[in-house]
Amino acid sequence: MSRLRSDRVLSFVLNAAALLCGALVLGIVLFLSIEAAPTIFSGKISAFFTDEKWQPGSERDPQFGIFSMLLASVLITLLAAILAVPVGICGAIFRVFYAPESLAKWQDRFLELLAGIPSVIFGFWGLSVIVPFINRYHPPGQSLLAAGIVLALMILPTIALTTKSALTAISPSLMAGAAALGLSRPAQILQVAIPTARKGIAAGCALGLGRAIGETMAVVMVCGNIAQIPHSVFDPVRPVTSTIALEMGYATAEHKSYLYAAGLVLVLMTALFLLVRIRKGASQW
Amino acid sequence: MVRSKRNGDLYFGIICGLAALCGIGPLLWIVYDLVKLGAGRISPGFFTDAVRESGRAGGIAPVLHSTFLIVLCCLGAAIPPGLGVAFYLTENGENRFRKWLRASVDLLATIPSIVFGLFGMAFFCRFLGLGFSILSGGLTLACMILPVLIRTTVAAVEALPDHLRSSATALGLTKTTILLRVLLPGATPGIVIGITIGTARALSETAALIFTSGYATRTPDSLLDSGRSISVHIYDLAMNIPNGAQGASASALVLLIALLLINFLTNFFSELWLKNLHSSK
Repeated sequence: MSRLRSDRVLSFVLNAAALLCGALVLGIVLFLSIEAAPTIFSGKISAFFTDEKWQPGSERDPQFGIFSMLLASVLITLLAAILAVPVGICGAIFRVFYAPESLAKWQDRFLELLAGIPSVIFGFWGLSVIVPFINRYHPPGQSLLAAGIVLALMILPTIALTTKSALTAISPSLMAGAAALGLSRPAQILQVAIPTARKGIAAGCALGLGRAIGETMAVVMVCGNIAQIPHSVFDPVRPVTSTIALEMGYATAEHKSYLYAAGLVLVLMTALFLLVRIRKGASQW
Repeated sequence: MVRSKRNGDLYFGIICGLAALCGIGPLLWIVYDLVKLGAGRISPGFFTDAVRESGRAGGIAPVLHSTFLIVLCCLGAAIPPGLGVAFYLTENGENRFRKWLRASVDLLATIPSIVFGLFGMAFFCRFLGLGFSILSGGLTLACMILPVLIRTTVAAVEALPDHLRSSATALGLTKTTILLRVLLPGATPGIVIGITIGTARALSETAALIFTSGYATRTPDSLLDSGRSISVHIYDLAMNIPNGAQGASASALVLLIALLLINFLTNFFSELWLKNLHSSK
């Protein structure tokens, strides 16, 4: 009898843990919504999209337009993708098809270490190396470009490592068949290997970009933090994440609820990237 | 014809090799810069002295103290439910709740850390009344590393040979005994890997902590005291303190070395685990 009771206790404990974890996700969305309620349910949320500027501190005319910041988030992520995706994929091709075994092992090791560097260190390094470098040619240096470069370095290992596993998972007979047809090695890779592995590669890119759009610390230190629509990559910008990080410390009342609403927007955007990954079948476990 | 083919292969290989270098070079560059800027500050006193002049002078002893407590809170709060959820998910039988639970763990893993900070501030600091404290910060981080723990533990349990569970069941062992005496010991190396990865995450995190455990530089008296972790210290020095770069790079160097050690441990445990798995099969 006591044996059965221990099983009942166990199943109770496991169920409780599962419920707690499920409740956590709902709880996060719920608490963000409660904090954002003064703007969401009063219809003021439209200010997000109708106001032109973001000037929450202004007493006479407070404005809460999120557009310039959403644009900045998207542009930074796009720039990081343009820089990191080709480099990451080519690096993985080198790792799988060209590098000798001993070199390949070291490449994996280095990429894993690069992936483990905290975002705050990337940001600090960007601030003390990349920003002064850009500043020499196009002041002020803290810019869309600087944020894009730092983010690209951060997501490079993710893209390279997932592409590597997608490429190594291709069946050897397929590659042998391509070689037997007399295709050159670049043609084997570009016309057979990459198309075969495209789902895994796309899922890896979605993972990296999902991280990029939610990244805060590395970006806030190098992007300049001026809420404006940039005219070139050398203009300072301010993405959604930086705004929350910089203003949450002193925000009150209405301002604060807009910041929580911005947090909800971030959750929605990263959930979209997760959806892409699920569609590509990379999230089954 | 043959010649141009071979040249194409060579050029393509060189381009890809250069791309591979782009992935490796920056790591060396970052480490080189940190050492150049910060190594001069590191001495035994750096680890034992209090923070002076907002970090421009003195050491980081209170920061290390707070960091340790935050990580401890985080692991203490995350490991039990993490293991519980993982064992719940690996039990036989699939239903809609399990599917939904998997999806929500995935969602939890993609939520940006700054959003965890917002949630922690609203829930732990204000709703539960914990204030800006080490406990609030640790609990917020626990929510963040939960998906890592769950996924590594699930992978560890599923990697165990099938006959373990079936022969244990055939022996008439209860579910509890199977879990505690068969599955848990077998999955322990995998769980340890999950914990080390989670610890590395917690050590690296800044955005979730600035609004939950605060900026205080004194040594915390209790878990309800505010205290900054080492990542927050680096951020503050680099962003808000003029001439803080040297202190920031010295602290960054300390953090990087700690993370390297953790990475080394993780690799060590994975190899040990793989060896055990092969010998048991």
